[in-house]
Formats: sequence, structure tokens, C-alpha cells
Amino acid sequence: MSSVSQTNVQQQTGKSLVASLFSACKQLKKIHVSTLLLALILAAPLISISIEAFAPNSDTFAHIQQTVLADYVINTCLLALGVSILVISIGVPLAWLIAICDFRFKGFFQWALVLPLAMPAYIVAYTYTDLFDYAGPIQTNLRNWFGWQSATDYYFFDIRSLPGAIIVLALVLYPYVYLMVRAGFLEQQANLTHVARTMGYSPTKCFFKVSVPVARNAIIASTALVLMESIADFATVKYFAVSTLTTAIYDTWLGYYDLAAAAKLSIIMVAGIFILLYFERLQNGKKQTHNDAKLSAQKLVYQLNKKQSFAAFCFCSLILLVSFVAPLIILADYAIDYFSQAWNDKLLQFTLNSLIIAALTAIIAIVFSLLLNFSLRIKPNKLHKSSLKVASSGYAIPGTVMAIGVLIPLAFLDNQINALAESLNLSAPGLLLSGSFIAIVLAHSIRFIAIANKGIEASYSKVSPSLDMVAKTMGQTSFNIFRKVHFALIRKSVLVAGLLIFVESMKELPAALLLRPFDYQTLPTYVFQYASTEQLEIAALGAIIIVVVGLIPLIVINRSIEKN
Amino acid sequence: MSVLSVNNLSVSYQDKNIISNLNLEVQHGEIVALFGASGGGKSTILKAIAGLLEQVTGKVKIGEQQVLSAKINLPAEKRHTGLIFQDYALFPHLTVAENVAFGLQKLSRDERVQKVTEMLALIKMADYAQHYPHQLSGGQQQRIAIVRALACQPTILLFDEAFSNIDPKLRFELITDIRNLLKSQKISALFVTHNQDEAFAFCDRIAVVNQGRIEQVDTPAQLFNAPATQYIAEFLGEGLWLQSRIKSANVLATPFGEADYLGKQCLSEFIGKTGLIYLRPHQFTLAADANSKLQVHNERFIGECYESLLQWQQQSIKVKTPTSFLHQTVSLNINTQITKVFFE
Repeated sequence: MSSVSQTNVQQQTGKSLVASLFSACKQLKKIHVSTLLLALILAAPLISISIEAFAPNSDTFAHIQQTVLADYVINTCLLALGVSILVISIGVPLAWLIAICDFRFKGFFQWALVLPLAMPAYIVAYTYTDLFDYAGPIQTNLRNWFGWQSATDYYFFDIRSLPGAIIVLALVLYPYVYLMVRAGFLEQQANLTHVARTMGYSPTKCFFKVSVPVARNAIIASTALVLMESIADFATVKYFAVSTLTTAIYDTWLGYYDLAAAAKLSIIMVAGIFILLYFERLQNGKKQTHNDAKLSAQKLVYQLNKKQSFAAFCFCSLILLVSFVAPLIILADYAIDYFSQAWNDKLLQFTLNSLIIAALTAIIAIVFSLLLNFSLRIKPNKLHKSSLKVASSGYAIPGTVMAIGVLIPLAFLDNQINALAESLNLSAPGLLLSGSFIAIVLAHSIRFIAIANKGIEASYSKVSPSLDMVAKTMGQTSFNIFRKVHFALIRKSVLVAGLLIFVESMKELPAALLLRPFDYQTLPTYVFQYASTEQLEIAALGAIIIVVVGLIPLIVINRSIEKN
Repeated sequence: MSVLSVNNLSVSYQDKNIISNLNLEVQHGEIVALFGASGGGKSTILKAIAGLLEQVTGKVKIGEQQVLSAKINLPAEKRHTGLIFQDYALFPHLTVAENVAFGLQKLSRDERVQKVTEMLALIKMADYAQHYPHQLSGGQQQRIAIVRALACQPTILLFDEAFSNIDPKLRFELITDIRNLLKSQKISALFVTHNQDEAFAFCDRIAVVNQGRIEQVDTPAQLFNAPATQYIAEFLGEGLWLQSRIKSANVLATPFGEADYLGKQCLSEFIGKTGLIYLRPHQFTLAADANSKLQVHNERFIGECYESLLQWQQQSIKVKTPTSFLHQTVSLNINTQITKVFFE
């Protein structure tokens, strides 16, 4: 090659390098701005509530503060505490049995014990109320057998009470503890227990002195999750007439239309949850209890004898029966008997509404999460890290609070749109955003994006940064790297996260209940409406649809785990 | 006095015999290695002795206590052994002091504190009492694991590849320290390893394990110089098998000249017969020889010497030499006395 043409090529290469650098900078700027915008959208509910909460005290809030606020807070704390104790008592022994012990049907229970995750707590609450209530088959039969005439003749546990709510919530929330602690036990080095045994500790003592303390982080993390879920619960406590902060927010908004009071209650709740999360992080950071994964390949296994095997089988069966099988049978029984009344165009329409909301929520949350994670990947700065943290905090905000948080900015935007339309002499569009299902989708997306973030973040961390470097040296743009390398490698996690969000959105009741437009129903609101008016038989079919949809990701995830 | 006595120990897993009729003795204050290739059943033997395996038969006596027999099978917590693993197995949720105190639950609080202080002083780590395991180096963690086991006053310590996770530069320093500690405390130990250097540096006697059987138990020097089987000879380092004729009770005729014999086995009855001797690279010397047909065709500098490769009768001979002989014709001589001859 001549020196002239060489110089030309060099000049061209230099120019194209400058051009590609310029375009890369522009692209980065775009990502920077879009990340910031996304973070703002995701933080909007919390910011709105905080601003609204600092408005002067209204009469409603002053009244609540003087009369029932203390009860709301105490009930919320008791509920959270009771559920936590119960889920630990159920979840930790189950996790230990499945992870460490060998007994018949262990393989079946390993996945079956996760099934209650598909069952919304409010559905279990409806079925058990139907079963244990005064007019239910158990009390009716007892009265017939013993000749009791009325409730004054005998004592029976009142399911519609705080302990009842604790039991019902624990029955559907224990799988969080079971799953996370089981993973914790499986990761433990068998050698720790072996050493303890040679130091004079029996297997039972080893459980309490070694296995449980080493799995401490998993127990704390999963219990914190359960605490958040129980604090956030609305439908169960509402149905059981237990006044907690979530029911207070709902009543304040829908009963008194006092947004500021609802925001103040919300901020109390969010503050409590964030304090809880702070302590959880503090505890988990305190003592490092990690194991070297490479060294924990050797698993500890206790072969149970016949008696122990039978006891383990009975315990697992009992939990599965009361948390999943019995409610499902009750629902199925009603659904079959009242099929002709329940199966109608309205049910189909509500199902379709729920499916559309769930699908849109899953897509939006996944897209937002991918964008946030990708931004962090290509530019791991403080802004992107903080954006991801802000995005993940939505899960800590209960549905009722999220609904209020979404309502405030959307109502503000609606007002601005209407004012603009009026100034342009156009007809006002009305509640374009806050009065449509868009509000529900937005609330669900912000609440559940944490699920996508967790999965995608974990998956991204396994993609070696050297792949990006290699792709860059091969002239690939950032978008191409994302499309051809990142997405190809993390698509399984994206699919699983999408499915989980879809199901959570299908089940979510409080946000839909507070934000649904007039005459607009989703499956959970439909089920809630009928069940709360003592018509579980009509609601059963809808409830079964929610449960069946909830089973899909569990089956997919279980298959993927089995394949691995 | 025997501290560990193993008779006809057999271990099976899923109806398959992994260890068959194994016998072993460890004397008071003695350190014995179970040495062999990975997957040979060494760790299984250790865990069977510790009582951590099911489907174990035979007899095991630890100190004065029969822990395994046809009628007895004591659980691990009643066998008075101390286990030390390559991953240290320190309880990550406990501090160093709490780890050391873990097995002292029967002592009073004051006694426990005193014992922990004593133990940490023994390894000069008193300042680390309140540290967590992840704040320590690998060597420090292993020292803690050892004194934690020692604190319980076990009858015997069982080491499972205990030094293989330690940085090679620090490993032999740690081995020396731990050996001195065990010797000063007169503690017996059984040490599982696949690393020859570790076994030689740490142990008084070595039991070579091959496919669940012990092939030979002897001192490191005796094992190296007079291996009982061809497997052991090869396993302890590369070398060359040479056919040699027994010329007299003390002299062997090898393809590279005569060599003196100084082994324990009496060769008088084999005079005139042919046996196999195994020679390692350092047992040969090279000398430049223009008339020889042997030539060094390849060479590698390994620091303290050269490794020269020669081709002889379709065999490759490796020789360690202080100087380079690359591409030179050389004569090959045996520079050592033969201590072992193998007969068919």
C-alpha cells in the first residue's frame, strides 16, 4: 500500500473513530437522561406521598390520630410479629427436612410445598371463613352432633380475628422462608456439622447450634420479606375486620376522600417498613456467614428411620393440606356447583381485564428494569446505582400506599391536561390517567419492578465483563451488545421475572381496588366483591382462575431448577 | 501404646464396597498419613473412623474405647476425635474465641475462658479472639481449626487434606508449626493427603492407600527408598524401570554398569536371576563421552538443576544434572546404592 493511501486510511479510521466515539457519547447521554427520567417516574409515588403528607393536618387525620391510630399501629405490629413467628416455625423445619433429611416423598414435597405461593391470602381467608364460621360446615356439624343450640353453648375459635389473620397469612407466606432457608441449608458446608458432631453435639443440637445460626441471613431476609407482605396485606385483614394501617388508608381515601390524611398514614407505614429494611440490612451485614460455593459441594444428608420418616411425611402433608389442598378443594367444589351462575360474560371480561393489566405490567416492568440494569452495566456510576435502588424500593411500598402515591401525581397531571384543553377551547378529557386502568398498570409496574431487578441483576452479574470488551473490540454498538450478548444470556431470567410479575399483578388487589375506574373490575376485585358479601360460591371460579394462573410460573421455575 | 486401632474396616455405599478389610494402627504421639491418589478412599476411611458414615463394619478402637464392633457403633459425638478439614470448617457466625469454645460446653464459663486463652496463646493468636473467621488468612483459620479441635482434648486428631488450601509459600511453615505443636502436646494424628511433600514433612509414618486398600505403612525414607510394590515406587515419583541381573548378594549388573545393593531383602537365593529396579532422575549422573551412542536430545532448566532427556532402547530417560549437556553425547552412570529389587 502506498504511503498516500495509508495516510487516507488512517485519516478515515481516525474520523470514523471520532464519529463512533461521538455517537457513543450521545448514546450514553441518552441512557443517562432516560435512566434519570425512569428513576423519577419510579420514585414519583413516594415523593408525592411525602409532599402530601407534609400538608397541614386535616380534621380527619386529627380525629384518627386522637382515636384509632394507636390501635392501627399496634394491630399492624402484632400482625407482622405473629406472622413472622409462625412462618419461621413452619418454614425453617420444613426447609431443614427437605434440604438435609432423606425420607419418602421428599421429592414431591420439595416442589409441592411451594404451591401456596400461588394462593392469594385473601382466597384462603374466604375459604377458611366459609369452613370455620358459625354457619360453616364444621360448626354446624358440631352443633348437630352435640346438640348445641347457639354460639353461647360452646367456645369455637373465631377465624375472623387477628390470630385468624395471622394464621391465614402465615399459611401462604411460609414458602418465602421455606425457599430461602432451604437454599441456605443446601449451601452450608457439611463439614461444619461434621466438626460439631466430633465435638459432642447430637444431630438435633447441630440443627440449633450450627445449621440455624449459619442460615441466619436467609432466615432474617425471608422473614423481612414476610413482614413486608403482612404489613402490606389489605384484603385478608379487611375481610377479617382487623383494623391495620392498610385498611385505615383505604377507608380514609374511599370513606372520607381525604388524600392528605391517607398520605400521612401511608408515610407512617413506609417509614416503618424502611426502618425494618434498614435493620435487616444492618443485621445481614454484621456477620459474614457465607460459604465458599466450591467447597460446599459435599452435602449433609440424614437418613431418617421409619418413625422419623413418617413424622416428616405427616408434618409436610399437614402444612400442604391446610395451606393449599383444602382451600383449593373448597373452591373447586363451589366452582363446580355454581359453574352456571359464575361462568358468564362479565367473568370473562374481568379475566381479560386482569390479563391485560398483568401483561402490560410485566412488559413495562421488564423493559424498565432492563434499561436500568443495562445503564448500570455500561456505566456503573452512582446515579445508575441509585436509580436501581430507587426502582427496587417499590416492592417495600404496600399496594394501598402505592395506589395513593400514584393517584397524587396522575391527578395532578390530569388537572394540567384539562386546564390546557380548556385554555385551547377544547373539551376537557376528564380523568384521562387517574381514571383509567393506566393508573393500575403504573402502580403495579412500580411495585413489582423489584422482582425484575432482582432476577436480572443476579443474571447480569454472571455475564463476564470481558464479553462486553470483546464485543466492543469487534465494533459492536452498545445496543448490539445488549441485544446480541446480554439479552441472549439473561433471557431465561427475564422470562421467569416476567412470569412472576404477571402473576403478582394478577393477584394484586388493593391497588386495583383503589384505582379502578368506575364499573371496571379485575378478577381480584370481582372475587373480593362477592366474597365480602358472603357469596364465595360465585367468587370461587374467579379465585380458581387466579390460583391456576399463579401455578404457571411455579411450574416453569421448578422445571428450570430441575433441569439445572 | 496404640491410640487408634482399626481392624478389618469395610465401608460400602449403595451396595458397593469402597473400603475392604482395612487394618491400621496409630501409636501414642505418632502422626500417620493416609496417602494416595484422589478418589482412593482416604477421606472415607477418615470419616468412617470419626463415625460420620453409615454402612461401616469392622472394629475400631480409639484410645481405650471400642467405638465400632459387631455390637457397638458409637455416634461421632462419642468417639473423642477432632476433625480438621481443608476448608477449615470454622463456624462463620462465631468469633474466633466462640469457635474455640464451641466444644467446651461442659466446662464452666471461667474454665472456658481460661481454656480459650490457653489455646489461642499456643498458636500466638490471642489478639484475634474477637475476630470472625472471614477476617483471617487461610493459615490463621487453619490454626484456629486445629486449636478448636485440640481444646476438646480428643484422643486423636483427624486431618482431611488440611493444608491443601494454604498458599504454597506458607504451607510448609504451617506444617512445621503444627507438627511441633502436636509433638509438644503428644497428640496423635491421622492425616489424609494426596500431596507427597506434605505427607513427608508432616508425618512419622505413611500408609499408602490404593483403591481402598493399604499397600504399605512405613517411614517416609523407607517408603521412598524401599517401596513394597511397583505401584508405590511409581506413585512416589517418576523414574525408570531397569532389568538387572543379580550378580552376587551385594552387586547388581544393570545396563549402565554394576551397582551396589544395600537393601533389607537377602538376594543370595536370587543370584543369576533377573529382577526389576526403579531408578529416579537424581540417581543417575551424566558425563560427556564422545564415544557414547547416548545423546541428550532435550533439556529443561528447573532452577536448582537441569532435567536432561535421553533416548535409550525406545525409552525416555530423565536425568537431573548440575550443568547443561544439550545435544552432547554422554555416558550414563548410576550414582546410588540399590535398596529394592522386584521379582516377578
